[in-house]
This record gives sequence, C-alpha cells and structure tokens, in this order.
Amino acid sequence: MYSHGSESLIKQAREIQESELQKFYSRLVKQLHGREFGHETIDSLQRLHLILSATKYTRTLPPELQKKLLSLLLSSSVEQLQALSSAVLRETLPLSGQELNYNQDANSSLNSHTAALLLSQTGSRSDLSSFCAQLLRSLDSRSPEGPAHSVLHTLPILNTILSHSPDCLTEDHVTLVSKKLVDWLRYASTQQGGGTSSGGFFTGPRSRQPGPIAELDGTVSGDFFTVLCVGQGFTEDQWMNVYSFSMLRHWLLTYHTVSNGNTTVDTDDRSEVDGSVVSVVSATSSSSRLLPPKERLREKAFQYCQRLIEQSDRKAHKRTDTDLQKACLVEAVCILDSVCVEDASLVFKAFPCVKGLYGRLSSDLSFARVLLPIAQFYLNHGEMAAVDCECVWKLVFGRFPAELFSDAFLAHELLRFLRLNLATLQLRVPQYTRSFPNLLKFLAWDSPAVVDDFVDLLPSLVTAGTAVELLHSLLDLPCLSATLVLQLRSTYFPIAEPGGRGLLSLEAFRSPTYRGLFLFLLRGEAGSGDTIDRLSTLHQLLAEASDWPRVIQCAQTVPVLLHIYFNTVVTVADEKLLAHLISVLLERSSLLLNIPKYVKEIHRVFSCHLLRLCKLRPSLVVDQSHELLEFAGTTANVYSKEEIFTHVVWVLGEYLSVSCDSRCSVALITSCFEALEAVLFEVTSSAPPSGEARPAPRVITSLMSALAKLASRSHDLIPRVSLFLSKLRTVTRGGSVPWCSNEEDLVAIVTRGEELWSLLKAPSVAQSVLTPPPHVNTPQWHRDTNVAMPLRLRALTSLTHAN
Amino acid sequence: MVHSFLIHTVCPVSALSAAESRVLYSRVFGAGEGLELRPDERRLLHTEKLLAVARQVRSAVALSRDASGRVLVETVPGEEVVALQEADSGVLRLRAGEPFPGEMSVLWLGVQSLGFTLVCEPHENLLLAEGTLRNLTRHCLEHLHMLGPGSEVLLRSDRIDVLLSRLLPHGQLLFLNHRFAQSLEKEVAAYMAK
Repeated sequence: MYSHGSESLIKQAREIQESELQKFYSRLVKQLHGREFGHETIDSLQRLHLILSATKYTRTLPPELQKKLLSLLLSSSVEQLQALSSAVLRETLPLSGQELNYNQDANSSLNSHTAALLLSQTGSRSDLSSFCAQLLRSLDSRSPEGPAHSVLHTLPILNTILSHSPDCLTEDHVTLVSKKLVDWLRYASTQQGGGTSSGGFFTGPRSRQPGPIAELDGTVSGDFFTVLCVGQGFTEDQWMNVYSFSMLRHWLLTYHTVSNGNTTVDTDDRSEVDGSVVSVVSATSSSSRLLPPKERLREKAFQYCQRLIEQSDRKAHKRTDTDLQKACLVEAVCILDSVCVEDASLVFKAFPCVKGLYGRLSSDLSFARVLLPIAQFYLNHGEMAAVDCECVWKLVFGRFPAELFSDAFLAHELLRFLRLNLATLQLRVPQYTRSFPNLLKFLAWDSPAVVDDFVDLLPSLVTAGTAVELLHSLLDLPCLSATLVLQLRSTYFPIAEPGGRGLLSLEAFRSPTYRGLFLFLLRGEAGSGDTIDRLSTLHQLLAEASDWPRVIQCAQTVPVLLHIYFNTVVTVADEKLLAHLISVLLERSSLLLNIPKYVKEIHRVFSCHLLRLCKLRPSLVVDQSHELLEFAGTTANVYSKEEIFTHVVWVLGEYLSVSCDSRCSVALITSCFEALEAVLFEVTSSAPPSGEARPAPRVITSLMSALAKLASRSHDLIPRVSLFLSKLRTVTRGGSVPWCSNEEDLVAIVTRGEELWSLLKAPSVAQSVLTPPPHVNTPQWHRDTNVAMPLRLRALTSLTHAN
Repeated sequence: MVHSFLIHTVCPVSALSAAESRVLYSRVFGAGEGLELRPDERRLLHTEKLLAVARQVRSAVALSRDASGRVLVETVPGEEVVALQEADSGVLRLRAGEPFPGEMSVLWLGVQSLGFTLVCEPHENLLLAEGTLRNLTRHCLEHLHMLGPGSEVLLRSDRIDVLLSRLLPHGQLLFLNHRFAQSLEKEVAAYMAK
C-alpha cells in the first residue's frame, strides 16, 4: 500500500530547488491563461499541491499565480478545478490586501470549495461574523434557480463556525435559523422527489408523477419526513431535513443551554414562565405557533426524536439502514435528554417514550451503545420522574463489562459515561464502587486504550470497605487478562483441538477442578472475599500466559495504577486498614504472576509505599512487627525480594522505638535485633545460594545501620554490634569475600561499619545521631525559644537599616 | 463536529524512526480556531498536532495488532471489502491539552500499512462517526486504488477533497439512509470517472 515510490515522491517534493520551482510556477501561469484546461494543467495543479503540502513551512506563491488560482476557484464550473485551486490556496499564505471578499454579491454562488478556503483563512472574528451574515442573507432570500449545493452546505458551514465562535451569530440570526430549522424538520415535503437525475431537484414535465415517501421497511409513510424515510429521489427541503437533523443537537447545545452566557437571565425567566405554557400547549399543537422560535424548535425537535424512536422499531431491508437506525436512536435520546434538561416539564412526556425504548432493547446486547445514552437519561431525570433505575445499572455495571469487554467503542463510551457522571454515581448508585471487578475487565483486555480513563476513575473506586479486595484485583490484573483470553478462546473453540498443541492453561480453564479459581477472577461484584487461597496454583496454571502480548501490555499498566491506589487509600483508610495493607504487601510480594520485569516493578512500588505508609503512621511498624520481623528474618528474602527487604529492614530500624509507639518493649527490640543479626551473619559468612546474585551493598549497610539504631535504644545490645563490626573488619582485610564481588563496594561497607562502631562508643549521642528526633528534621527555627530571639533581632535590624 | 480527517502510515517507514508516521493526507475542518495566529502559524500548528495524533494512532495500531496476534494478510486491488472487514479499529481518548485544547476522541481504522483517522469532539455521535469513517475508507481504497502499489493518494488528493465535501461536508457527520447515500455516491463516482 505504501511503497518506496510514495516516499521518493515526497522527498522530491520537499527537496525541489527554488529555481526549478519558479520555472514550474511560470509554466503553470501560462497554462492557466487559456480558457480550456487539459490534463497537463490538472496534472501540474496536483503536483503543485503535493509540493506545497509536503513541508511544514508555508510557501508563498507569486502574486500572479495566486490571483489566477483565486479567479479559477470563483469562476470555474469544473469541480476538479475548484477543488484543486481551493486545496492549493489553503496551503499557502493569503496575499495581503487580496483577501477574499467576504461580502460577495448575492448572485455569485458560494460553492463548497470556496467556503472551505474562506473558513480556513479567516483572519478575525469580524471577518467570520460578516461571512456568517452573508451566508444567512443568502439563505433567507435566495432565487429558486440558484445551484442546489450552494444552499445545502449552509448548515454544515454554520455548524463548523458554531464550534469555535458561537457568538458570530446575532440574536436575529439565531431566530432566523431556528425558524428555518423548524420548517425543514417538521414540514418537509412528504412526496418523493421527482426525476431520476442525480439530485432530483426539479420536476420536469416528462418525469413520472412522484409518489409518497416510504419507511425503511417499505410501507408508505404516514407522518412527516425524517432521515429514516426513503424515496426514489429527494426534494430540496428533504435534503435540508437531513442536514438540519445532522446539526440539530449541536445547535441545541450551543444556543439552548440555560447556562448560555449572554442570555442566562432571559432564558431563566422565560423557561419559568413558558415552562408551564409549553406543557399545556404541546398537548394541543395547533396553538404552538404562539411560541417564540426557540421554544418552537425545541418542541419540533422533541416530536422529531419521538418519531425516530418509533421508526427505529421497523425492520429495515438494508444493513446500512439498520446501522443508521441505531445511530438515530443514540442521537434522539441525547436530544431528548438535553431538551429535558432545558425544560424540566418535558420529562413527563419524554420518559414513557425512553422507558419503552429501554424495554425493547435491554435484552439485546447489540444495542448496548444505544443503551448508554438511555442510562444517561435515567441518571439525569430518573429521580424527578421517580422511576426505578436498578435494572439500568445492572446492565451498565453487570452485563456490559462482563460480556462486551472486548468492544473497544463500548469501552470508550462507557468509561466516558462514568467519568462525566462520577459525582452523581458515587452519590446515587451504590453498585458503582462494588462493580470494580467487572470494570477492570475493560482494562485487562485492552490496557493501552483505556488506562488513561482508569487513571481518572480509580480514585473513586477506592473505598475503605473494598480497599483490600481492590488491591488484590489490581495485582492480579494480568491473570484476569489471561483468563479473558482463555474465556474468548473457549467460546470460539468449544471443542479441544484433537492432538493439536493444546494450551495447558486452556485445559485448566475448562477442567472442573480449577473452575472455581477462574470463576473468582471473573466475578462481577466485590464483596465475596478478598482473594482466593490457591492463588499460587492459579499462577502456576497461567504460567504460559506470561509471554502473551495482551498480558504483558496489561502488566505494564499495573504499577501506575498501584501508585494511584496507594496515594488514594491513605486518605480513606484508618490505622487498622493500613496495618492490614502492610501485611497484604508482604504476603503478595511472593505471590505474583511471573512476568519478566513485572515482579521487580511491583516490588519497587511496594517498597516506595511501605516507606510512605510507615512515615505517615510510624506506630504501624510496632503494630505489624510480627509480620515485618518474619519477613526480615527470612534470609531467602534477601535474594528474591531485595528491594522490599531493604526497605523493611530500614523501617524496622527507624520506627521500632518507644518514641514512635509506647507499646514497643525492650523484648521486642531485642527479638528484632536477633532476627536481623542472624540474617546478617548468614549473608556475610558464605557465598549466596546457587543461582542467586550477590546482594547489593545497600542491603548489608542497611542491615548494619538498623542493628546500630536498635542497639542505640537498648544499650545491652551495643557490645554485640561492636563485636560483629570488628569481626567484619578483620575478615575483609583478608582480601575478597564470597558475598561481595566489587572492591570499592567492600571498602564502602567496611567504612560504614567503622563509622557505626565509633558512633556506638558514645551510646547517648548515638541515639540522637542515628534517629534524630522529629523537631531536628523539620526545623522551625522561628518557634524555638532559644533560636528565635537572635533571628528576630537580626530581622528588625536589617529592616531599620534598610530605611 | 469532526475536527479533522487524516490518512497516514502505520507501518515502519525507512526514512523515519520506528514510532513516527508519515501523514499522506490531512484535512482540518473548523473555523475560528487559532484566530489570533497568522495563517502560516495556524497551518504549522495544525500540521504538528496532526503529526502527534498520527504517532499516537500508529502506536495504538501496533499494540492492538500485537495483542490480537492476528497475522496481517495482504489484499490486492478488487478486495477492498475484504480489506475493510479485516481492518483493525479502535478509539483513543486525547486529554485536554494533549495536543488539542479540549478533550478529543480519535477513531481509527488500520488497513494494512495505512491508518484512516477521524478526530472528533467527544460528545459527537460515535456510532455515526464510526460508520462514516468506514464508508470514507472504503471509497478511498476503491477510488484511489490504495491496495495496489500506487501513490495516488499523494497526487489525487482532490478526489478525497470531493469525497469529503459530499460525505463529511465541512466536518459535518450526516445521517444518510441508503437512498441519500446512493445519491451522493453517484455524484462521487461521476467525479472519479473523469
């Protein structure tokens, strides 16, 4: 598809020499002098476009060429020339002083390509406003013989202006367009357009008598024209019906929201007064002409959407029409929603319609994307209409994630729905925070696409009640990813491949013995248990999944989410929960799916947050001393979990003291000391067990420092430390040691040992040096009674001297 | 409203680094954006932003293909419908400021070595946008003979302009039933035949 030829074309276009380019320009100017333009001219224009668009930096055309192209755009009737000249001019700088005249006379047609150029090169708001004004003038008073397309594109052009500059339209303009929209939406012709020519805009005497329009299932239409009506050909106002509906929602959102800046006060007052009027009047539409244009448009929009919803129930003959019906349903429900937000009295009229639609579609998963706007409607107006929304949430948080996790578009829209309505959901839908096992399925399936959404959503899912289960779920996300792959594979290939290379994990997935493990992962709601006992079995069964790309992609997102989790959980957890989390950390550090780099990354995250938690609540260390000591006292952990081990040792040394928690006893300090001492002996007396790397110097030094700190709090232990440190010095004098390969590292370790040894010779000093009291670390000199006075005097002196 | 439409590479290009993408066609709709800038500054800004989008789609396509593990099958001219059925598709969320001022949804279709991308405002009807993107892609594949080795997309960009002017005029997504679509496609076919 993309070949070397294309690359070299682009290269040529970029590297064209200035002289060659000038020659090309003059040749083109000559070619454009004539009346007729042949293939060569077209070819040259196409090449010119490539040359101009190939570079980031905008070129300027010679003025003569530019003028020629401009006149070609405005006067030619050949669409190819219009398109090419518009494209070329869009890539260049407009000539100053030669801007397109925005106030063209009403006779000359504004073709789509000219409009495109105008829109891309407007220099200012006022230009845009005058262009708008001209556009609407031509809309209001156009001659019937004008070329058809000039009117058709008015609405798309308006729509594009609305996106960035809605204030380009004055109140009068808005009124005018509202009136026109009402006409086109509600009163378009219900007869088919005559003639078989491409647009069918004119009914000549020779064409057949057109019949009435039809619905998508072939029956004759009994009501007004909509986008879901068909005919052999279409009249102009039927085309405008399509264009009107296509921009209707955007129009309503821009000019009809109550919080619209310049008309807030007016609309508020009006809707209060007219609100009651509308609800009475809309029952009898004959008096609707009394309504102001905006309100009338709202009413017609409402009717149009109701008709679309009814029309979508018909069975269309063509697949593209079925897809269109779905898109129309989405649009119709969204418009009804925004109309009801604007005028709350319409809720009672709209709800039966939406509720009926829900009833029709709720059991059909292929309509899932239509059910999301319906859920939004229920969320916005359900309370007002006192309707029970339970069934909707069961779908959104239950069936959709569980069965449609692999639909990228549904995932995007559902997660967006959650993000936009987070505050309301947390308040009114208690299932939300319990549904994370289901929601995480979107993440497990396609992490790169949705991780950004989860970064925003995760904090809201962290609650005190489910925090532990959520942590386990996050850690087992790669397992969930593998399980979903197996689930899909199992569905598509229900019978095992005979003699083929069957997957062990797939067999395990299907076997009744292990079913429970997988079913736990696939659960839909939280609350049935934090995790399973046989987690290690599950990891073994899924061992071959550790190189599946989907699982690896998922594993890469877990560390980020864990950081967010921990940062959030400290704000909602009490001391008891934090203590529990520490023991979960320690437990899970050896219970992770064995994906390369994954385990190391998780350990790093754990270490970071273990430190933070203990810094935040130092008494946690004494609280969890049993688990921490068990972890630190296991020599194997030095080799397999070096990062966490180092940090556990550090927090033990730092926070296991009476000043952090009064429950800390001498016995506790001594038992901790003994555990760490034993590990240190083991590590420094022999080579590491086979297969393991030598421990980093940091491990040794942190063990030594921890021992020194503990000894400084219980002075009986000092002689033991000193003895060890002097022995260490002796041993290392003999040259290399089996537990440290690098000479420099060894020297550093020994130096540290010597420092600690000399420090411990003065026990009272040692304690305050090794574990300085908090007020030393966070100086607030201005508060200290001794230090404050000199500071104040100095400040006053400098102030008086300055004057 | 659709902000922009682009066609770009999603395969490795020899002249570029592995993560980069070559934009073969781009069209930005919308007026009044960046009014305070000069036209050439605006153009440069658009080009840079679209390059950033193309890069992101490139990586999304690569990751999606990796994860699904499907083997890429080369199709030949005449098999456009098959190529479209086999195409990878997805949607990305771009946060506000990265690189557009507001949040955007980016829909993409990966057909072998090329990506077809629509950048939409997030509240847009994505069902309709998805259908429109597929339709546009099918027409591009057919009328520009993209399944062959040709480089017509570079030299025949006026065809894409005309296609867009009918099916996505000024970035407006249209609710077209099969008869309206037929009528517009007849016009497009008539243009392409010249």
